[in-house]
Formats: sequence, C-alpha cells, structure tokens
Amino acid sequence: MAILGAINPMLSLDLDGDNAWRLTDYVKRGGYSALRRILEEKQTQEFVINEVKKSVLRGRGGAGFPTGLKWSFMPRSFPGDKYVVCNSDEGEPGTFKDRDILRYNPHSVIEGMAIAAYAMGAARGYNYIHGEVWEIYERFEEALDEARAAGFLGRNLLASGFDFDLFAHHGYGAYICGEETALLESIEGKKGQPRFKPPFPASFGLYGKPTTINNTETFASIPYIINLGGETYLEAGKANNGGTKLFSISGHVNRPGNYEIPLGTPFATLLEMAGGMRGGRQLKACIPGGSSSPVVPAAAMMECTMDYDSISKAGSMLGSGAVIVMDETTCMVKALERLSFFYYEESCGQCTPCREGTNWLYRVVHRIETGRGRADDLDLLSSVTTNIMGRTICALGDAASMPVQSFIKHFHDEFAYHIEHKKCLVPVDVQRAGSGFFTATV
Amino acid sequence: MEIEIDGKVAQVPDGSTIMDAAQQLGAYIPHFCYHKKLSIAANCRMCLVQVEKAPKPLPACATPVTNGMKVFTHSELAVTAQKGVMEFLLINHPLDCPICDQGGECQLQDLAVGYGGSASRFQEGKRVVFHKDVGPLISMQEMARCIHCTRCVRFGQEIAGVMELGMANRNMHAEIMTFVGRSIDSELSGNMIDLCPVGALTSKPFRYSARSWELSRRKSVSPHDSIGANLALQIKNNVVMRVLPRENEEVNECWISDKERFSYEALNSPARLTRPMIRVDGALREVEWNVALDYVAHALKDIAASHGGESLAALASPHATLEELYLLQKLIRGLGSGSVDFRPRRRDFSADGKLGGTPWLGLRLAEIKDLDAALVIGSFLRKDHPLFAQRLRQLGKKWGKVSLLSVSADDPLIKLHTQLTVSPADLPAALAKIVKAAAQLKSEAVPEGLESVAPCASSQAIASSLIEGEKGAIFLGNVAEQHPQAAQLHALANELSRLTGASCGFIGEAANSVGGYIAKALPTALNAHQMFAQPRQAYLLHGVEPELDCHDPQQALAALKQAALVVMLTPFADGAAAEYADVLLPIAPFTETSGTFVNCEGRVQSFNGVVRPLGDARPGWKVLRVLGTLLAVPGFDYDSSEQVRDEIVPAGKDFVDGLSTQVSAVPCVSWSLTSTPGGLQRVAEVPIYSADPLARRAAALQKTRDALAPSARMCVETLQALAVSDGASVRVRQGSGEAVLMAKADATVPAGCVRVAAAHVSTAALGEMFGAINVERA
Repeated sequence: MAILGAINPMLSLDLDGDNAWRLTDYVKRGGYSALRRILEEKQTQEFVINEVKKSVLRGRGGAGFPTGLKWSFMPRSFPGDKYVVCNSDEGEPGTFKDRDILRYNPHSVIEGMAIAAYAMGAARGYNYIHGEVWEIYERFEEALDEARAAGFLGRNLLASGFDFDLFAHHGYGAYICGEETALLESIEGKKGQPRFKPPFPASFGLYGKPTTINNTETFASIPYIINLGGETYLEAGKANNGGTKLFSISGHVNRPGNYEIPLGTPFATLLEMAGGMRGGRQLKACIPGGSSSPVVPAAAMMECTMDYDSISKAGSMLGSGAVIVMDETTCMVKALERLSFFYYEESCGQCTPCREGTNWLYRVVHRIETGRGRADDLDLLSSVTTNIMGRTICALGDAASMPVQSFIKHFHDEFAYHIEHKKCLVPVDVQRAGSGFFTATV
Repeated sequence: MEIEIDGKVAQVPDGSTIMDAAQQLGAYIPHFCYHKKLSIAANCRMCLVQVEKAPKPLPACATPVTNGMKVFTHSELAVTAQKGVMEFLLINHPLDCPICDQGGECQLQDLAVGYGGSASRFQEGKRVVFHKDVGPLISMQEMARCIHCTRCVRFGQEIAGVMELGMANRNMHAEIMTFVGRSIDSELSGNMIDLCPVGALTSKPFRYSARSWELSRRKSVSPHDSIGANLALQIKNNVVMRVLPRENEEVNECWISDKERFSYEALNSPARLTRPMIRVDGALREVEWNVALDYVAHALKDIAASHGGESLAALASPHATLEELYLLQKLIRGLGSGSVDFRPRRRDFSADGKLGGTPWLGLRLAEIKDLDAALVIGSFLRKDHPLFAQRLRQLGKKWGKVSLLSVSADDPLIKLHTQLTVSPADLPAALAKIVKAAAQLKSEAVPEGLESVAPCASSQAIASSLIEGEKGAIFLGNVAEQHPQAAQLHALANELSRLTGASCGFIGEAANSVGGYIAKALPTALNAHQMFAQPRQAYLLHGVEPELDCHDPQQALAALKQAALVVMLTPFADGAAAEYADVLLPIAPFTETSGTFVNCEGRVQSFNGVVRPLGDARPGWKVLRVLGTLLAVPGFDYDSSEQVRDEIVPAGKDFVDGLSTQVSAVPCVSWSLTSTPGGLQRVAEVPIYSADPLARRAAALQKTRDALAPSARMCVETLQALAVSDGASVRVRQGSGEAVLMAKADATVPAGCVRVAAAHVSTAALGEMFGAINVERA
C-alpha cells in the first residue's frame, strides 16, 4: 500500500497491487489520456498553460509558486533548445512523498512532463532523482523504457510531430542539489552549487538554455488537471490552493506515512488519519512544511487547515508538505540542534554567510544543548540568523535560519532554562520514553 | 540606462552591473570575489548594497542596472549587511596579521578596518585547513586564511585555460586544492597570488623576505617575450625583492607570466659577473675596468688592422635594449665590419633586404579581441608567448576562430577552430595548401609554384575562416622565424594575407625582436648564421650565450673556439663562456640600466634602472659608449641613454614608424614542396624557462615542471621504427655532437620527428634546431 490514507484522492487512487506503477495499469487508470487528447486534438500551448493557471496548482516542492505562471515565463518562441526538468531530489528532512510517487505512479510524472514540454516547446527533459533512493531511480528508468516502447516518449509522439525525450539522472544525495540552479549545475556535471539569480532558469537554465523546473508532485498533478479541467481541479482544494496534496507525516504519530488530502483539510483531520498522537500524548509543536519551515506550537497548529494560506497565516509555510509532529516529550533544544547540524552539514560552502553562519549556529545551539550555553547566546543566535537571512545566493541560508528563529520565538523559556540550569526542561527519562527507541521503563 | 548611486547619477550601457556603474562614478563598494577580468561569482557577499524597492540588500557585482535604479552603498541596510558579512569572513580567519605574509597588502585586513568589529563574538575554535604543496612558485602553506572567493579557481578556468585549482568539499570544510597530488604548472599561475585577496596563496620565493611597506615600487618593462609586459618592481635595500604586473590594458592587461614574475631571482644569483675578466695564461682573471677596456680596444684595433674589418663580427641578444643594439652596430660598423646581427636563433636570412619595412605583429595587441579569425603558424604558443596565447584564448571563447598550424600538437588550451600538425619540413607545404585553398575559394589565380598542391579539408577550413571573418590575422610564431625556410613561410603568409585580407605579422621571439630592426642591428655583411659558418677572427657577443641561444650551437662554438678574440658583454659569469671567452665585461641586466624595448606591436617602452648595478657591473650602453670613444669611432659622445634613444626613435613617439611585414621578391615556392628529407627530423622548442639568460638562472623557475631536463620525444610509431621503448636511454646525434637523453612516447610529435629541446646545456652539443637527427639506443 503506497499511500496510507486519502480523502478524494487523485494521485494515489487505485495504487494497490504490485503492478500499479506499470504502464498497463496506469493506462487502465486513465493514464496518458490527457497527453493523447492534447496531441490528437492539437490543443494550443496557451490552452494547456491556461488550464494549469485556472487550476491554481502551486509548486509542490516547497516554495508554492503558481505553476501556470512559471510556465508562462518560458520564452516559447525561443528557437533553440529548451528543457523541462523534474526535481525529484527530495532532500528536505521530513519529506518522502516524491519517492512514493515515483515508486507507485511514475507514469503520471512522465505524462505530466510530456504535457509540460508540449506547452513550453521543449524537446528534452531530465528527471533528477535523489541519490539515496537508488531503487526508485532504477524503477523510473524502467518506466521510461515502457513509455518509450509505447510511443509516449521519443520522436513524433502519437504521430503528432511533437518530439519529447526524457532522461533520468541521479544525484549523490546532496541536499543543495534540490535547489533548482544547483540541480542544473549537477546535471551539467559540475559541483552542485546554486547560481546567482537573475538570470533565472526560464532565460538561462540548463546548458544556458531556457528551462523550467518543477517538483515531481507538480508534474504528476498535470495529467489530472488536464483530464478534469482546471476549474474542477481547483474546486477539489480551496480557493487559491487548487487540488489535493500529498502530506508526509512523521514524528510522534501512530501511523507515519504519506496521506493525500484536499488542500484546506483541517490539520486535526490529518492528524486523525495518521492515527493520532503516539501513546495518546499531547501535541507540543509541529513543523508543517519540512524542516526549513518555522515551527508552529500546538495550539496554533490545531487551528490550521492544511493549505498554503492558512499555514502562512500561522507564521510558517506549507513547504513540501512534510509534517513533523512533536509531542510533549520532545526537547526543543535537542530538536533544533539536529536541524541546525543538518543545515551546517549541507551548506554548499559557496557564499560566506551560509558557509560560516550555519556552522556558527550549530555550534551555539550545540553548546546550549550540552549545558555550556551562555547568557547572551539567544541574542547571538538571533543576530547571526539576521545576518544570514536574505544575504545568501540561495534559500538555504534562510532555511537554516528560520527554524532557529521560530524555535527560540515559540520556546524561549525552554532555551533559557537550558542555558540557566545546564539541563533540559523536559526530563531525560521523559524524552527517552517518547523517543520510541527505548521502552517506557528506563 | 540611468542609475543613481549615493545621489550621484551615471549613464551606463545596457547590461552593466551596479559595480560597473560604481566604478564609473568612482564610488567604492567593498568586495573580494569580484574581479573585472573574471566571471561574476557573487559568493563573498561583501558588496551587498541597498537598492530602492528591493526588500533585501543585493550584491553590486551581480545585480544588473535597471533604468532609474537608486542605489545606496552606505545606508544603514547596506552597511549592516556588509558588516555582517565581514564578521562571517573573520570568524574562521586567523586574526594574526602581524605574522601573515600578506599583512599590509591584504584586502581582508584593509576592509576589516572599516567593516570589522573590534572584538570577535565567535568564541569557538577556528577551522584548521591542511597545507598543500603545489610546486615551487605558489605557497599554499596557510590555507586556513582562505576566504573561498574562488578568484584563483576562476582564473584557472577562464584566463589560464586550465582548472588546476578547485573547491573541494562543502560547508565550512570547503577548501581550495589541486586535484589530489597534482601541482600547479600553468605558465600564468603567479597571477593567482595577486588575485588572492588574503594570505592563502603567496609567492614561495618571496614569502617572508620583506614586508610590503618596506618595499618601494618602480616601473619597468619585461625583458623576456615580445609582448613587453609592464612590470612593477619592488625594491628593498637596493635589491629587487618582487615583480608584480603594472596594469596596461593595451599590453599585458593586469597579468604577467611566471617567467616575468619569478626571473628576478637571477638578478642577485651567485652566477652574476661583478668584475671584468681577461684570459691570462689560459685562465680568466679579474681586472679593473680600464685594463679590460684598453685590452679590448687594442685587440679589436689590431685584428681589424691585420685581418681587415670584416674579420670582426658582433652578435647581440634580442633581449638587449634598443640603445645597446644601436651602439653595438655603430661600433662594429665603425671598425669596418658589416657583420652584426641580433637574431641568433634564425637560420634563413633570405628575406633580408627584401622587406617592406620593420616586420611586426601586423596589428596592435588590443585589436586581437576584435578579430573574427586568427591563424598562428609555427609556434609553441603557450610556452613561447603566454600572454599572447591568453589573448587568443579569450578570443576563442567568444566568436573568434583560432587555428594553429605547427610542428607539435601541444594543447594551447585555446578553443581551436582547426589544428594542423606537420613535421618541420612539411610546414611550408602545409601553409602552401592553405594559400591555395584561399586562392580557390576567392577564385583567384593560383600563385606560381602551387599548381600541384592539393588542399586538404583542414587547410580549406582555415582558409575559409580567414576569408569569412571581417577581421582576420595571420601570426608567424617563433618556429616560423627559426625555420630553415623562414623566408618561404614569410612569403606564403604574405600571399595568404593578400588573398584573405587578414593582417600578417610576426609574434616575435624576444623583448626587442622589433627593436633590433629599428636599431639597425642588421647585417650588411655576414648574418648570425654566416658569421659562424665562415669563422671570424674576433667576436663581440652582447648578452648572448651562443651555446644556448644560437640556432646551431655546435657550429657557433667551433667558430668561437678558433677565434683570436671573443669579447662577451654579459651579466653572468657561469656557463660555457669560460671555454671560449677571452674577455668578460660585466653589464647590467634590465633592472640596473635604463633602456628601451620595442614590443611586437612597435610600442616604444623606455624604462629606468631601478637599483644600482651589482658589483662593478655597468650599463651595457655605457660600456659600448666607452669602447666607441676608446676606438675613436665618431658619434659616441652620448651623455645619457635617452640621447641614444632619441637618435633612433624620435622623442615622444609611442610607436615606431615604418612597420610592415611585406616581403617582396621572395617567390612563394623556391624549391620542391613535395620532397621530404629522409631520416628523422629534429623538432626543437625553446623551453619557456631556458629562453633567456635571466630565466635560466631563476632558482624557483628551474624547479618547475616546465624546466625538466629535455628528453627525446617521439610518437609511438617512430619509437617502434627505432625499436626503442618508452623511457629507454637513447643517443641523439647531430653532426659531430651528441647527447644521451631519455626517449619518451609523445603523441603530439609528428611521425618521423624527434622533439629535442634547444637552449639547454644537455643538448647544447647538438646542431640545428630543425635539422636531421640520428637516434639510436644508448
């Protein structure tokens, strides 16, 4: 079973059985009908882009940028090579939806990319797959072979005169390669380091050519949008937040996993689908959109509905839809220490504030966690994050800073207690009990 | 585009960045990674400025100007951002400026004064970065100082054409290094030391020998290759401590080659000749100047009287100053001899007397960037002319179609349009093919003698690139000048130039390759080859070391050994001079004398001496002046070198007149193009650090990979034909001389050729640079 639960599913509908990922099953589910319809009816590029615009599909990778608008930035009349690139470099801690899409429904991504390529006049695409999910990469290669054999990829698709070739490319697990321009550098065979923007990929992308990069889930949603029509897709979610979305729930819940729900579904419903809090404990906080989105305390989180606008109002981001649930046994200093270590470790080292700052942040948080905190450390952390944010080449610096700022903002007392008493506000045995790695009796 | 920076308005062209506009306005924006000659990295973040309506500070180096943009470089937002970045730069940077070699000339130190805090908030231990050994020129001993601006990396990729340094690892553990175990071997590598804004990359020979504030800075001009790079010499206690580029966009831009940067070590080497010497009873003895000069004057006068003026010959180095070359020819002519030359590595002089003017580059160096096509004929481009190659590299990166026709397929690290590699004997025929292809493409009459030539695809591609381009250029390199059919190549290049409309010129071997013509240091009797082929009674050698500088050192040495008198004016006392010299007169190298070099584009560049001559050495022009006076040659009453120069080049002239690469009355084909000599041919390059007396004695340069002892390089087919294995010892023989070298397989050498470097003591016994050569197992 691929997806643990769903409300009005699209992407995860009928994915039971070992062969659900195969072309035959996908076609049985209505797959490739969108691409076939567009090619056979010779729909215009504008039609496709308009449908996507009407659906108000927002980028599923984290930034939530409207996909239709992004597509319209591509210089469609540009005579040379153009590329569509799928970002399956799912590296954000807490996120594990794209690999399930590629594992159980890869053809939806292939079809979505072919439609996107048609809409933007690209003849070539790449799917950049995270290096640490090798079997997913292999499965996607197999799916590509199936699609090519069936004539859904290659030259003169379905005798329409439209050519589209798609290649899988796997990275080596660097988080930064999920940043779209670092991803392009990596495809080009260079060290994965973000480029300065402008120019944006739409004008200077892969190999210097116009390129559009979307998340796996974004591309996978395209066939459904074309089949249902943009408006119907929008209505499946809520205003300004079209469609359904996969949420990866991890942490202190009974059934961690992927769940597909319409945007706008209350957080409480999602939590219930995931089996509720483990051990019946109280929710303490939740990171609603992957590790780089600010943490939201329990009370505020329970008020939220799962969509871009509501989460944003709560001071965080829907991001990639990675919901990290933390219960009352969690030490917030320790949780932040782990997050800060991740960003320090994954900083590409290119630009100064992030290279130097992420390490500094980690070392200060680590100091506090290990009982060596100083009175002015919280001010120092806040000052260092301010110096990083908005001054780096890519968003990793911001991503590293936002957890620090939000953790300190919402759990200031806990940090202050740590510094003052050289120990945790949450007793160690309680932490251990909650960790799941130890039995309750320590 | 109109932009306002801190209230000052500037008009800038479309595509400019805020940094460009700021420089135009003279507003300083702090920066580290930005460099006008390198691509934009925007990684140091020091140049963050406030832009109206932008929520975040933006990097000035990378942000394009939009019309009406308002920028604030000193607003609170901008300065807070800059200070924040400075704090980050300093947290892991050692704060021990007093013991850092860069201290006093460090951009980080300078900017830290303005933007750094007085105390660090960073209380943790600092990053430790392991040192690296990357060769004899660049020290990477203190890599913990690196601030990861990647200027060195970009320099390698973009200017030197080879990425020898890269940034490995990520996050704060990112570090600059070479590929594991490799050294930095680029001939332009020293520029990375200048580019490094901190004390991470420093000069190995200079390190910890002086502080920047102890050094005085003097202008000078490079005495090495024909580009005439502008130098800044740094002096302490009357000693040249360091050489840096002096920016001149029209000549060397802001670069110099490693030869120019590190040759200064020779200036105070133990090899310097500091006292005049005369051979007495078979051994050279130190004497006073007046004794030496009297001796020379009398000896010259006696030989001229007893054997006739034509029994004297004078040979000068093309690295000598314009004034020295002029006085030398004036002196020897005054003694009744027309045998004077400054082109010791030339073999074919049949174009002499048929030239339309002073042969030169054919265009200005600054015009190279606007070329559409260029053809270089016969050159070891990178090693012969590092900065010239750099200009072609930039051209190749843009739209220019750069082609290379030479005798070895060395990688010039230039994006080439076409590369043709032939044996030296086939070089004229290969050029003839291009000429014929051009004639056919232009539907013009095929030049006489080329009827039977059949152009190949490559020659057609080269010809059409020159014809199609609006501006083309043909450059004859050192090999083309040293070639036994040099005049032929010259005439063919001229013909190609006429057919295609491309300019035609010589890159020139040395600092005064054009200047020698202007100084009239040209034979009216015997030329540089003939004066040794027909041995003379007396030789006057100025700055040349015949065993290393002559086309056929074997022949030159034989002639010198039989001569009654060999007078050498030289800054150095070592070498083979002891075998043949009768008088050694210590003259000053370029740092100790005033003088003039005329570079390949005809640019007149005069310079002053920057330190006092070492020991009893004297400026060469003064020595020649005194000799002239002693010998009662008229017209030697000069007071200054400027007086001498003004007699050669009218005062105030930036460029010499009468430049022309035209040659007339040399037929395109004077011998059968199809005949190839039997047996093996020698291909001789002049190794970059053996090319002139200074470089030969620069200790650090002699430890580089480029200074390795010569080997006998052959392609695998040639090796097999000789039944010699790669790495075996072979005896190479030319005429009566031989050398035992290691055979090396090298696919860049054409079949039937053996590449044996000239200008090296181990091969000085051999003969002509491009002659027949014998190879057998040793």
